[in-house]
Amino acid sequence: MKAAVIRFPGSNCDQDCYHVLKNDFGLETEYVWHKEASVEQFDLIVLPGGFSYGDYLRCGAIARFSPVMRSVAAEAERGKLVMGICNGFQILCEARLLPGALIRNNSLHFVCEHVFARLENMETAFSHAEVAKSDGKLLTARTGLLLRMPVAHGEGNYVADPETLRDLERNKQIVFRYSDARGAITDGANPNGSADNIAGIVNRTGNVFGLMPHPERACDPLLGSEDGKLIFQSVIESAGKKTKVSSPISKRN
Amino acid sequence: MNNEPAITPELIAKHGITPDEFERIRSILGRDPNFTELGIFSVMWSEHCSYKNSKPELRKFPTTGKGVLVKAGEENAGVIDIGDGWAIAFKMESHNHPSAIEPFQGAATGVGGIIRDIFTMGARPVFSLNSLRFGPISGNGDDTRKAAIAHNRRLFAGVVSGIAHYGNCIGIPTIGGEIYFDESYEGNPLVNVFCLGVLRHEEIARGGAVGIGNPVFYVGAETGRDGLAGAAFASRDLTEESKQDRPAVQVGDPFREKLLLEACLELLASGAVAGIQDMGAAGLTCSTCETASRAGTGVEIDLEKVPKREPGMTPYEIMLSESQERMLIIVTKGQEQTVRDIFEKWDLPYAEVGVVNDDGMMRVRVGSDIVAEIPAHKLAEDAPIYSREATPRPAPAPLGPLPDADPIAALPALLAHPSIASKNWVYRQYDHMVRAGTCVLPGSDAAVFLVREANKILAASSDCNAFYTSLDPREGAKIAVAESARNLSCSGAVPLAVTDNLNFGNPYKPENFWQLRECVEGLAEACREFGTPVVGGNVSLYNQSPAGAVDPTPTVGMVGLIEQASHITTQAFKAAGDAILLLGDVGNELGGSHYVKVVHGRKAGIPPRLDYAKEKAVQAAVRALIRMGFVRSAHDCSEGGLAVALAECCMSGEALFGAELDLSAALNGRADELLFNESQSRIVISVRRENASAALSLAHWQGVPARRLGFIGGEDLRIKAGDHAWSWPVSELREKWWGSIRASMEQG
Repeated sequence: MKAAVIRFPGSNCDQDCYHVLKNDFGLETEYVWHKEASVEQFDLIVLPGGFSYGDYLRCGAIARFSPVMRSVAAEAERGKLVMGICNGFQILCEARLLPGALIRNNSLHFVCEHVFARLENMETAFSHAEVAKSDGKLLTARTGLLLRMPVAHGEGNYVADPETLRDLERNKQIVFRYSDARGAITDGANPNGSADNIAGIVNRTGNVFGLMPHPERACDPLLGSEDGKLIFQSVIESAGKKTKVSSPISKRN
Repeated sequence: MNNEPAITPELIAKHGITPDEFERIRSILGRDPNFTELGIFSVMWSEHCSYKNSKPELRKFPTTGKGVLVKAGEENAGVIDIGDGWAIAFKMESHNHPSAIEPFQGAATGVGGIIRDIFTMGARPVFSLNSLRFGPISGNGDDTRKAAIAHNRRLFAGVVSGIAHYGNCIGIPTIGGEIYFDESYEGNPLVNVFCLGVLRHEEIARGGAVGIGNPVFYVGAETGRDGLAGAAFASRDLTEESKQDRPAVQVGDPFREKLLLEACLELLASGAVAGIQDMGAAGLTCSTCETASRAGTGVEIDLEKVPKREPGMTPYEIMLSESQERMLIIVTKGQEQTVRDIFEKWDLPYAEVGVVNDDGMMRVRVGSDIVAEIPAHKLAEDAPIYSREATPRPAPAPLGPLPDADPIAALPALLAHPSIASKNWVYRQYDHMVRAGTCVLPGSDAAVFLVREANKILAASSDCNAFYTSLDPREGAKIAVAESARNLSCSGAVPLAVTDNLNFGNPYKPENFWQLRECVEGLAEACREFGTPVVGGNVSLYNQSPAGAVDPTPTVGMVGLIEQASHITTQAFKAAGDAILLLGDVGNELGGSHYVKVVHGRKAGIPPRLDYAKEKAVQAAVRALIRMGFVRSAHDCSEGGLAVALAECCMSGEALFGAELDLSAALNGRADELLFNESQSRIVISVRRENASAALSLAHWQGVPARRLGFIGGEDLRIKAGDHAWSWPVSELREKWWGSIRASMEQG
C-alpha cells in the first residue's frame, strides 16, 4: 500500500504529513509534485496544508488547476481515499470534490490554537478505528469522542447553502464539529465562525475527506496530543481494505 | 551614463558620506566615483552594512568556544554543533526603521530577511522568535496623547500581522519571544526577528565567490525599485520627514520566498553550489562585493541580464534596490544546467549574470559599458572605523521613599500591564505549530522545539529588560544574558550560544555611544561567565524619534539543548497538593522594577545587581533537580517579582490552580518589597509533596538558598506574611492577564 503527499508550490505541512505516514505508521509514502500527471499508483492521497500559490487569490483557487488535480479527481471518482487537511480541504472544495467553501475567519484574524473536534460519524473511512497511544491506552472511535488537535488558518469558516448543509446532515457527511472541552457545540468553541461548527466533512460517497484541524500535528505526546492518530489509523486501515479488494498491485501488504 | 547627476558636495552629503570618507573613496579608486559608485559606497559604508561605529565594540564579544563551527561575522549567520553530526544556524536581526513607517511590510520583510540568512548557510529554517517593543497601547490623556496611543496600537497590530503573514505562509513556526510597551519606543518601535535552522556539519554553505571562471547566477524575484537604499535609510534618525522614505521599505512575498527556500536547499543538496549569499541589505551590491571579498576574488556582472520588474531602471537603482526574495549563487562551472532545471521546476526567475574573476574587482557592466569598478575587498572591508566619544550618564539615584500601595490592587494591575499580560492575542495569529515540533507552546519561560530529523530538543529565549539597561546599561545587559540562560535552565535546557541585537540611539551622541559600549561590555562579560559565545547578531543604531533615543535595548537571543524529552519543563503548576519551593533569596531590590513603574509611575532607582556565582548556582540547581525528575514546574522571577511569578504559575496552564503561601519568615520590611522586588537569581519550582525535603536538601547541598513557600491548592492565590494576608481569586487574575491586550486592541 502506498500513500502520496501532494506538494503544491507553497505547501508547508507536506513534511509533517509525510513524517507521520512514513515514520509513525510505517507506510510507504512518496511526495508527488503538483506538475505530475498521475497519482494512479497510490492507494491513499493526502493534500497537505499550506499556502498553495501563496493563496493570494482565494485559498486553493489556483491549486485546483494544477496538473495533478485532474488525476486526483479521477482517482476520487474511482473511489480511492483522498484526504485534504487545512489548505488541502480548501483545495478539495475549490475542485468541487467536496461541497461548500471555506471563507475568511469571522474574527478576520489567523487563528492558531488547540481545539476539540467532536466525532459526529464514526462510520466513515476516516474515523472508525481504534489506536493505541504511546502510553498503551486505547483511543477508540465513538460518536461524541473529542479529539484535541491544533487549527492554524485564516480561512477556515465553512459555508454552504442551506440545502447543502441539510444534505450533509442527512447523509451523515459531517465527520467533525468544533466543541468545547465537555463536548458541547457552542459558538465559543468555534474558532472561525464555521456553519454548524463544521470542522470536517466527507463527500457523498465517503471516500473524500476534508478537515481544518491538523491531525498530523497531534500524533506525538511531546506535542501535547496523539488524538490525530485515530484519523490516520482509520484511513490507513480503510485504504488497506480497499487495496485488497480492488487493486492486485499491492498484494504484498 | 551621461544623464547621471554630477558629484557635488550636496549629493555626497545626501548619501551620508562625510568629506573624509569621500577622500577615502577617492584614494581607493584613484579617481572620483561616479553616481552609481557613490551609491554603492554609501550603502556599503552605512552603519547597517559596515558596523563602522560599532565594530571596535563588537570585537569585545567572546566568539569562540566548544562547538562553534562558523563564527560571528564570518558568514551570514553563526553555526554551532549540537551533536551527532548535526548543527544549528541562528541569528537575530532588526527591522526597526521600516516597521516604524510601514509596520506590516516592514515586519514581514524583516522575517523574510532573517530566514534567508539562515538558509543561505545551508540550513533548513525550523522556527522563529521575535522581540518587539512599542509605545504604550493603553492609557488616557488629551487628544494628542490619545492619538499617539492609537498610533502605537496601529504599529503593534501592523507588525504582528506582518510577521504572521510572512511566517505563516512560508511555514516556519513563530514559537516565542517577548513584547514590551514603553514610552521610550513611541515613534521608534523595535522589531527584532530571530530564526534558527538545522543542518548537517557537511552541509554548511559558504558565501564566497570561489573558483575563477565560475558563473554567477541571480535567482529569485525580479529586481524592482522598492527598498532603494534601505540600509542607508536604516542608518539615520527617524524624523517627521521619514514618512517620505516609504519607498525605502521593501515589499515581501512569502510565497516566493518559500519557493526560493525549497529551490536553494535542493540546489545546495545537488552539489552544484560553490558559494551562496542572500541579497538583503544593499542587495546586489552587498552580495557581489562580499562574496568576492570573502574569497579574495573579483566578480563581474552585467546588469542587462538581471531579471527586472520594470523597464528603464538605472544602474544606480538596480545596484541599490532591496527587492526581497533574491539570492546570488556562484555555481561550479559545468553545473549550470542543474541550476536551470531546479529553478524551472520551482517556477522562479534565474539568470546567469556574471563570472568570478581573479583581479579582485567588483565590475558592473551594462552590456559593454562599465558602470562601476571598485576593488571588492576594500569596498566590503575598508569602511572607516570610528571610535565615538562616550560620555557616561549619571549613575542612577536610589529610589527614595515610596508611598504605600495596596498589593491587592497592585498585583492585578501588574498582570494587566501589556508588557506582563499574556500575549495570546499575538501568538494566536502566528502559526506556532507548523513543522510539528513545538513541545512548549508560547507563553512559558522558553520556547521548546523538537527537531525531528536530528532527534534533538532545542530551547530558545529572547530577553532584555530595558528598564534596567536604561538605568544601568552594563548591569542591565548582564542581566539580559542571565535571564535568557535562566529561562533556558527553567525549561530543562543547557545554554549553548547567543545571538544579539543591539538597538541604540544615534551613536554621534556621546551619551548614546556610552550606553552602547557599556551594554556590549556587560553582554560580553556575562556571555563569558555563562560559557555562551556570541555567534552572530545585528546592530541597529539611530533608533530615535524627535522625542529622543529609545532605551538602550541589547536583545539577547539564547539557544540551549535539552538532553531528553523528560527534562522539558514548563512554568505552569501541575497538580494540587504539590509543594512550592523558591530557589534563591527572597530579595529586596525594587529599583527599576515594573512595580515601581506601573503602580508608582516611575522608571527609577538602582536596578537589581547580578551575582554570577549565585546565578550560576541557582541555574545548576534547577537543572539538576529537573534531571533527577523532581521538578513539576519551574518559572523564573522577572518583571513583577515573586508575586507575578506565582500568579503566572497558577494560571498559565490548561487548568487553573490556587496556591497557599507563607512568606512570614522572609518579611523584613515593606510588604510590596517582599512581593514585587526584582532581585535576580530566583526560581519558583513545584515538586510532589513527598519530594520537597529531598529537593531542598539538594539545593542546599549545591549552595543555593532554598525554602518551601507553600503548596498548590484551592481556587485563590493566598499569600501570608506576618500580619499581612492577601488573597486573589485566580480566575479573576487570569481574566485580567489573559484579556488585557485584546481589550486594549479592541477599544480603538
